Amino acid sequence: MDFLQPATWEEALEAKAAHRDAVPIAGGTDVMVGINFGRLRPSLLLDLTRVPELQQWADDDGAVRLGAGVPYARVISELGDRLPGLAMAARTIGSPQIRNRGTVGGNLATASPAGDAHPALLAADAEVEVASTRGTRRIPVTEFYRGVKRSALADDELIAAVRIVPPRGPQQYSKIGTRNAMVIAVAAFGLALHPDRRAVGTGIGSAAPTPRRAPAAEEYLAGELDGLWDSRAELPAATATRFGELVAEASAPIDDVRGTARYRVHALSVMARRALTWAWADYRKGDPTCA
Amino acid sequence: MSTPTRTPSGAPAQMTGAGGRVGDDAQRPDGVLKVRGEFAYSSDLWMEDMLWGVTLRSPHPHARIRSIDVGPALAVPGVYAVLTSDDVPGEKVYGLELADQPVLALDVVRYQGEPVALVAADHPDTARRAAARIVVDYDVWEPVTDARVALGHPTWNQLHDAPAEVTELSRESANLHPHGNLVRHLKVRKGDPEPTADVVVVGEYEVGMQDQAFLGPESGLAVPGEDGGVDLYVATQWLHVDQRQICAALAMPPDKVRLTLAGVGGAFGGREDLSMHVHACLLALHTGKPVKMSYNREESFFGHVHRHPATMRYEHGATRDGDLVYVKATIYFDGGAYASSTPAVVGNGGTMGIGPYVVPNVHVDCYGAYTNNPPCGAMRGFGSVQTAFAYESQMDALAAELGTDPVELRCRNAMEQGSETPTGQVVDSPAPVVELLRRLEAMPLPPDVPTGDDVDLRDMPGGVSNTTHGEGVRRGVGYAVAYKNVAFSEGFDDHSTARVRLEVVGGEAVATVHTAAAEVGQGLVTVEQQIARTELGVDQVTVHPKDTSVGSAGSTSASRQTYVTGGAVKAACEAVRARVLEMARSVVGRPVVDLRLDGGKVVSDLEGVALPLADVLGDEVVEETLEWRHRPTEAVDPETGQGFAHVQYAFSAHRAVVDVDTELGLVKVVEMACTQDVGKAINPQAVVGQIQGGTAQGLGLAVMEEILVRDGRVQNPSFTDYLIPTVLDMPPMRVEILEYADPHAPYGLRGVGEAPNISSGPAVLAAIRQATGLPLTRVPVRPEHLTGT
Ligand SMILES: Cc1cc2nc3c(=O)[nH]c(=O)nc-3n(C[C@H](O)[C@H](O)[C@H](O)COP(=O)(O)OP(=O)(O)OC[C@H]3O[C@@H](n4cnc5c(N)ncnc54)[C@H](O)[C@@H]3O)c2cc1C
Repeated sequence: MDFLQPATWEEALEAKAAHRDAVPIAGGTDVMVGINFGRLRPSLLLDLTRVPELQQWADDDGAVRLGAGVPYARVISELGDRLPGLAMAARTIGSPQIRNRGTVGGNLATASPAGDAHPALLAADAEVEVASTRGTRRIPVTEFYRGVKRSALADDELIAAVRIVPPRGPQQYSKIGTRNAMVIAVAAFGLALHPDRRAVGTGIGSAAPTPRRAPAAEEYLAGELDGLWDSRAELPAATATRFGELVAEASAPIDDVRGTARYRVHALSVMARRALTWAWADYRKGDPTCA
Repeated sequence: MSTPTRTPSGAPAQMTGAGGRVGDDAQRPDGVLKVRGEFAYSSDLWMEDMLWGVTLRSPHPHARIRSIDVGPALAVPGVYAVLTSDDVPGEKVYGLELADQPVLALDVVRYQGEPVALVAADHPDTARRAAARIVVDYDVWEPVTDARVALGHPTWNQLHDAPAEVTELSRESANLHPHGNLVRHLKVRKGDPEPTADVVVVGEYEVGMQDQAFLGPESGLAVPGEDGGVDLYVATQWLHVDQRQICAALAMPPDKVRLTLAGVGGAFGGREDLSMHVHACLLALHTGKPVKMSYNREESFFGHVHRHPATMRYEHGATRDGDLVYVKATIYFDGGAYASSTPAVVGNGGTMGIGPYVVPNVHVDCYGAYTNNPPCGAMRGFGSVQTAFAYESQMDALAAELGTDPVELRCRNAMEQGSETPTGQVVDSPAPVVELLRRLEAMPLPPDVPTGDDVDLRDMPGGVSNTTHGEGVRRGVGYAVAYKNVAFSEGFDDHSTARVRLEVVGGEAVATVHTAAAEVGQGLVTVEQQIARTELGVDQVTVHPKDTSVGSAGSTSASRQTYVTGGAVKAACEAVRARVLEMARSVVGRPVVDLRLDGGKVVSDLEGVALPLADVLGDEVVEETLEWRHRPTEAVDPETGQGFAHVQYAFSAHRAVVDVDTELGLVKVVEMACTQDVGKAINPQAVVGQIQGGTAQGLGLAVMEEILVRDGRVQNPSFTDYLIPTVLDMPPMRVEILEYADPHAPYGLRGVGEAPNISSGPAVLAAIRQATGLPLTRVPVRPEHLTGT
């Protein structure tokens, strides 16, 4: 196994263009597991941890541009107020050791249906900024996931950053695991209320071949909230329940060792209902962040 | 031949430490090394020029091997040897109790992961690639995956001793072994065979397959000796039983097969059976080079036995007042492909299968079956863990039926000193079942379910995964009590050997304790030092590396080493002390009645004598080697199960407090409380450690730990999907330790390690049941069970 350690973003892109089979490595929390289990035998590892641009985040044109290599621990400590949904998702990931190493870029490139960043990114209408020696493009995150562990990334491209507009409304993230920490999601749900746009964002994890949104639930809720955004009146319980059902209907889960399809559908309906209840309570308090 | 160096630190296996006598909180001699990550585990073994061995395993749970072609593997550069069963010079099958398991597959493979061939190469990757090139032609058979089907018991067999044969499995491959699919059937018959009662409660229960989940994978290093023998450094639980089986497979006498214990990263029963032991020796002897084998995590799940899954049917009869009249139980243990310790597990499950209660009429049938599931054998709690889920669930169901409090019902029927067990044995040492329960009841309960804005997610079911802020959460409290035998039972010649030496080194008296008792993390090395300090009055005690150059210590299992090896060390110390006092008397020149050893001196309070040991001993080395036995037990009657089967019982009780998100089916165990009688706490902090660890393992089985096997195939051989409790799953504990001496045991002690593993899970299950109102008859409880999905 060969090892390349570019020191600049240009070098990294050139290396990837020259060695399309090179496996990038950021935190290594997916790559090293693959290697240790013998599932991954890269001929060349491309270490991205020395590329400064990837380790930074900045405000950029109304969005937060989060470098692909910023670990979850920093998302939590530095961006908890600006990207609350993603920070909540980050808190649920692995253990402190994993959060110190693991990155959103790595989660995106792995594109596992169980990746915890995805529902939060979907709900927040994030964009993925990818680059190659051919240039840079921005992919709406809804178009990024192409199948189980497949993404829109071309074989000469690297993920540079994700771009997320800091929300004007509350966000929530919930995840089911069968223990109380350090667990892969059995089902996950991300929610963003966008009062400025009078819109609703959702994201479903671990309950379909790819992370996905629940468009019918979003539309339904946006309609129900139409008269409530300004009054900030109480949300009818039936609305939250119906929203939960519609979210569950958008899923297409399977039975596996982590849980049954029926449980996943059920859990999504409960999580979505509760998440909406919390988010709306926050909104009524005029508090754009969350619990 | 040289001995291996150990990376990363080169720390010797010999451990010296000062301070701490019997009853003190003594520090482990290996504690600092372990905390610093400097302790050398078996997977750290290293020698210049060593080869790496790997195992090719069967992908099928049941198949006949038509042919094996090792040619393509041998052709890989860097490969030194490729071996199959043809290369096993001695006995081709081995086993702890029954020799039925092939060292390397013979004609038939009986479980997924059964070793088929071995490769040694100069690099582990090379060895793995070569192993993948071995061509094995399998004729794949349908696996037998249900214990009751394997035994031909289509229905619960409550009343008839001899089950009728069924034809469902009449196909050629249905009998997995020449002697059939029954490993053992234990019968307990006591009192009236057809009892009746006012109130009857019937329940069927199921326990999933738990794994020991030790962190240090199976590993070791075999070094060929100049005498044609072999030295094996290995992480194991019983060096001499390994040695016996390795000698048989290699056709070598014991003096040619020498074992030394390497650093053990946990065991819990999973290292009682051989794993890579014979394999590494075969490869070393074939290549003439040291060979290291170390399983990775996935292989480890196939490399050791698991806890027997069990299906159980219980019927309890009681008077209206709540006196137990009878218990009938039928228990099936799925032993998997090979016997391992299934016979003894069946013995425990059957003889102690109704719990620590006094019942006049008992009818138990306990079966162990062969199937094509992974082999099951020893694991902490050994047959008692499974039955405790059933009998404690029954006690709760009976209490509900009678409208009494579950603790009251237990206390009313509790075993005490002088009670007769279902096997007719009179309990002849304290059995404080009632006190254990009453003390639990008296402990304060934790604060109520947190609510409102000040909810800390870490206190909620689901934790920081943010699934509830209190919605759907209900609290439940459950109690359970259990008992288990300590040491080996049913007439086994259970003994240990200790060699103790006292000498002067650098002007100070130093004791050395040499036993073959495996230290697997439980703290026996500390106990050995404490006993030597106490008995010989010295401070410096060295624990000699554990090896086969001293006699057998028996297994590190059955909660027995502090009792049995502790007893041997104590006896050897007493023999050394007798000689030293004799020497002191001749120094003094007259008889002194109250001579004792204390503070490195020979002391007499009456005569004011205080002779430094250094003066008494001079250059003399006083050494004694002793074999020590606990009082004998006896085999039980094959038709009635009656007999003095067990030398000692350990008792523990738990109270569990849980919060359940009833809508999502997620559980947060809020608090575990445990009371346990340990007879005498030799090292109190280690006792608490055992109680906490055992409790966590029992909790794990109740709510998450299960090897999922479908059609004989393991679905989750990794710590990604075989979940064990994290710090957010295992709550803080309240622990109360009772010390009622057992007059038959050294220092009055009782074995500690297993009892808390047995009562914790049933208490958690009871608490979840109370919170949800659901019957819950299967562990681990999954969210699906709690939500009906
Ligand atoms: C113990 C443990 C617990 C875990 N728990 C969770 C969990 O709770 N939730 C969860 O979602 N995940 C979990 N994971 C998985 C993993 O931590 C995450 O997917 C993490 O986000 C991966 O990030 P990384 O930086 O470590 O990726 P790496 O392992 O370095 O890389 C992952 C993939 O991304 C590619 N890659 C990395 N950076 C780039 C880039 N800039 N451009 C293009 N490709 C790139 C790599 O080639 C590889 O294919 C866990 C892993 C472990 C070992």
